[in-house]
Amino acid sequence: MVAFRFHQYQVVGRALPTPGDEHPKIYRMKLWATNEVRAKSKFWYFLRKLKKVKKSNGQMLAINEIFERNPTTIKNYGIWLRYQSRTGYHNMYKEYRDTTLNGAVEQMYTEMASRHRVRFPCIQIIKTATVHFKLCKRDNTKQFHNGNIKFPLVYRKIRPPTRKLKTTFKASRPNLFM
Amino acid sequence: MPFKRFVEIGRVALVNYGKDYGRLVVIVDVVDQNRALVDAPDMVRCQINFKRLSLTDIKIDIKRVPKKTTLIKAMEEADVKNKWENSSWGKKLIVQKRRASLNDFDRFKVMLAKIKRGGAIRQELAKLKKEVAAA
Repeated sequence: MVAFRFHQYQVVGRALPTPGDEHPKIYRMKLWATNEVRAKSKFWYFLRKLKKVKKSNGQMLAINEIFERNPTTIKNYGIWLRYQSRTGYHNMYKEYRDTTLNGAVEQMYTEMASRHRVRFPCIQIIKTATVHFKLCKRDNTKQFHNGNIKFPLVYRKIRPPTRKLKTTFKASRPNLFM
Repeated sequence: MPFKRFVEIGRVALVNYGKDYGRLVVIVDVVDQNRALVDAPDMVRCQINFKRLSLTDIKIDIKRVPKKTTLIKAMEEADVKNKWENSSWGKKLIVQKRRASLNDFDRFKVMLAKIKRGGAIRQELAKLKKEVAAA
């Protein structure tokens, strides 16, 4: 499929062992980042806010990319997020229909950017989950929960099959029906 | 004029843009307003934008997201391949493909055949003109 901008990583880390604490607690986080380096950085950012540990006195134990288990079935994803707007922080719950979680997260980032002008650094994903279709809250996703779904494609603009065959001027007006 | 071709589960469509250009696929589920989950006997199931699909008149009888073997069986029963190749749209595409794959000798043969056909048409036309002139 299309290469996703965001990858899901599982990052595991802990504070360095000190004479006072031989076996510090190990923490694991699942996050979204464009690459592994950024994922590690984000991990320390969140861990700093939760525990008294920084990258300089901590160690990364593992970082693995998490791939979608069933990329050929459609699922309803619910995403809980916290974002910073011009006036303060807000929480949000959004629903998306997609085949993969990475795709849903990418949809979420583009939608937040377009609807609320919130960019990637100002969004924190609190939680994501696949939602059973009975528990979906948004009508926008619920309207596709129909086994006999049927709709016509109303505005059909036929494109040239490759960008090379694109022309600025056409001899006749296009037929937009069908 | 009402719409006759709908996006529905089982609708056969032609991919008209992108990597899978020219492939006949079946819509097996609808992701959202712009994308459908699409499947064909010789490819992995994937999602594709409606902008890349041209709907056809052919529809097969399947449930939502069938297994690959069920899909192949349903396509055999509905005889999608033959219906497509006998439809005027399908026939045009076959001719286009054949013309694009001609080599120089084939083009030479086509030229000869066209000249022969033109000659035969002109002969018949001359005969008909003579009959009109004689009458």
